[in-house]
Amino acid sequence: MAVLTEEQTMLRDTAKGWASESAPVGALRKLRDSKSKQTFDPAAWAEMGQMGWAGVIVPEAYDGSAFGYLGLGLILEETGRTLAASPLLSTAMIAASALQLGGSDAQKQAWLPKIATGEAVATLAIDEGAHHAPARTALSATQSGAGYVLNGTKTLVLDGEAADLLIVAARTSGQPGDTAGLTLFLVAGDAAGVTRSHLSLIDSRGAAKIVFDGVEVGADAVLGEVDKGWAILEPTLDRAYAGLAAEMLGSASAAFDITLDYLKTRTQFGQVIGTFQALQHRAAKWFTDLETTRSCVEAALEALDAGADSRALASLAKAKASELVHLASNEMVQMHGGIGMTDAHDAGLYMKRARVTEALFGGASFHRDRYARLMGF
Amino acid sequence: MADFGGTDLDAFRADTRAWLEANYPKSLNAPMGEDEAPWGGRKMVWKNPDAKLWLDRMAERGWTAPMWPKEYGGGGLSKAQNKVLEQELRRLKARPALMSFGVWMLGPVLLEYATEEQKQRFLPAIVRGETRWCQGYSEPGAGSDLASLQTKCEDKGDHYLINGQKVWTSYADQADWIFCLVRTDTSKKHEGISFVLFDMTSPGVEARPIKLISGSSPFCETFFDNVKVPKEQLVGKLNGGWDIAKRLLQYERQNISASGFGGGGGLSVVEAAKKELGVDSEGRIADGDFRARLAAHSMDAHAFMLTVRRAEAESKQGSGPSAAVSIIKYAAAKMNQERTELLVEALGLQGLGWSGEDFSAEELAAPRAMLRAKGNSIEGGTSEVNLNVVAKRVLGLLDHQ
Repeated sequence: MAVLTEEQTMLRDTAKGWASESAPVGALRKLRDSKSKQTFDPAAWAEMGQMGWAGVIVPEAYDGSAFGYLGLGLILEETGRTLAASPLLSTAMIAASALQLGGSDAQKQAWLPKIATGEAVATLAIDEGAHHAPARTALSATQSGAGYVLNGTKTLVLDGEAADLLIVAARTSGQPGDTAGLTLFLVAGDAAGVTRSHLSLIDSRGAAKIVFDGVEVGADAVLGEVDKGWAILEPTLDRAYAGLAAEMLGSASAAFDITLDYLKTRTQFGQVIGTFQALQHRAAKWFTDLETTRSCVEAALEALDAGADSRALASLAKAKASELVHLASNEMVQMHGGIGMTDAHDAGLYMKRARVTEALFGGASFHRDRYARLMGF
Repeated sequence: MADFGGTDLDAFRADTRAWLEANYPKSLNAPMGEDEAPWGGRKMVWKNPDAKLWLDRMAERGWTAPMWPKEYGGGGLSKAQNKVLEQELRRLKARPALMSFGVWMLGPVLLEYATEEQKQRFLPAIVRGETRWCQGYSEPGAGSDLASLQTKCEDKGDHYLINGQKVWTSYADQADWIFCLVRTDTSKKHEGISFVLFDMTSPGVEARPIKLISGSSPFCETFFDNVKVPKEQLVGKLNGGWDIAKRLLQYERQNISASGFGGGGGLSVVEAAKKELGVDSEGRIADGDFRARLAAHSMDAHAFMLTVRRAEAESKQGSGPSAAVSIIKYAAAKMNQERTELLVEALGLQGLGWSGEDFSAEELAAPRAMLRAKGNSIEGGTSEVNLNVVAKRVLGLLDHQ
């Protein structure tokens, strides 16, 4: 654990207490069994809003607490421990970042206070294909009078159906694959021509597929500059990578704790199975990966707070977190044996969320490639 | 320890910088050859006399052991001052003035366990680099299970008599003195071990270098045949050596973690791969499979480095040793083994040379470093023992019954 200030420690402890009391793993199970198409529980999100968590990275001038990325990371980690389903990542981390990085005063004034209080759900619509490839954005925005018309499809949009605000990455010039020629647009979730459908995913949370069919927006919908969206998009995605990695670190830590407890209580051959060296060494290696991944996640969040170049650290954090949750979810099932294969046990929920978060915003291979490029090879 | 406020520290930094700039010999700016490592001691041959001058100047200020008390020759610096000194030395890219098991391992336990007379006798000579120490721990029958050591130490009234054999004694053939674990009670295991110091020129001591697969001989077999040791060279209590031994191992592992097995040296894997495997039109290493594995390794190494830094920050905060510390030695060995393997692989044929004009000195060093690194997961506690320790001490898993 990073060296925390007293306030950060308090925030973490509050988040830990709230997640285990109000949003335990059972809450996700309930959400799943209700067969609702909601990606989060609105009542729980309202409580998070009241506690100020939606405004942790938002400046005080916009009703936030300006508590920083490490602060928000601590909450994401704690809610990740219990697989708590909430728009904390989509709204409080990613959308709030994009608006701060590229928003005009009017845009910030319109959305940041609503985000900070938990009143509005906002999300980034970026992916279009089976894999995260932000530069390959093809959804088109063509000029029409003073404004633009958007045509295309976005997928894997977090909390997209509930979102009041969609931040849409669109191509205004160039070819898919170019980082130049991208523009970000602010589009109301219920704008004419927007059709949202539910993608039912294995993690029981799902996401949205959104079709933009001749969606008209004004010039004031442009976030940042036309054709220069990459300058906002890339740092926004770095915040997404780091924030998601914090959530994944929490999930992997919880999977570890649950499994370690099982190793200390399950008896076979007349002794607890945690006395077997084959399992001890695997647990110790798992612990090693937890510790090194924690260092990466915290370093990325701290670099964001310091305003330093965070690109390599953000990809490092996401790649290590993807490897970690993959290992953690597999080991959790294997070390639990048969009980881990049953739907009644939580191991399956951790594994299914793991696979979705591994792919979300780029898998380990995407981030290894990006890291290598940044390092010059 | 005084609380050095900003202004005091700034003044200290200014003084330190001025002194270092005036006293660091310019001839040491050249890269340090392996045969130039400043281990000190009676047998040291100083290839560049300025290296000795640098040692003497630093030792005079106690800056070869900056945080030891001044009365034992140390620098008496606070943690904050020491950090400034380290920063200023890095800024100058200064060579170490002294590399020393005495400073890294023995000194800290002497400060904790030795008598006043022992401290006065041994510590200042360590600071000045006059005595080079070696570590007599492992034996042929006591490796991972160190406490089963058998080297016999008998009380002969006015002296101790030592008989037995040590192995993997680092640089025993170069050392002046040894700190040695011996058995003083055969009826108990851990409680029958004592910690003694003696001169390697004592009659009956013989050190034979062991040639390793890498071609180097950093370790020895060390034999003791009726070696007489004065009784005032016992450290701590009779049969109380195991606690000192464990404490010293903590310092050793801390030192390994700080240096990360010196993984930074040698050719850059990236440069070697670009040269020998080629690059594509975007400047990426052309062999995609190698590039992916190198990226994964580079990220693991980055994660490891961040973990070392985090462990340091957390232990400085003083909330006890950080959990991260326990995994560092295990991870460091893995990192260094992977890196040295990747370098050999990237170099291809140029990474397989043993000698001769067809290879540069750096190319020749690559396979030897790879071979040497195999020992990283064995020396100072095998990786398997490291994992046992993590499982038991950190995770609370019990021994098999």
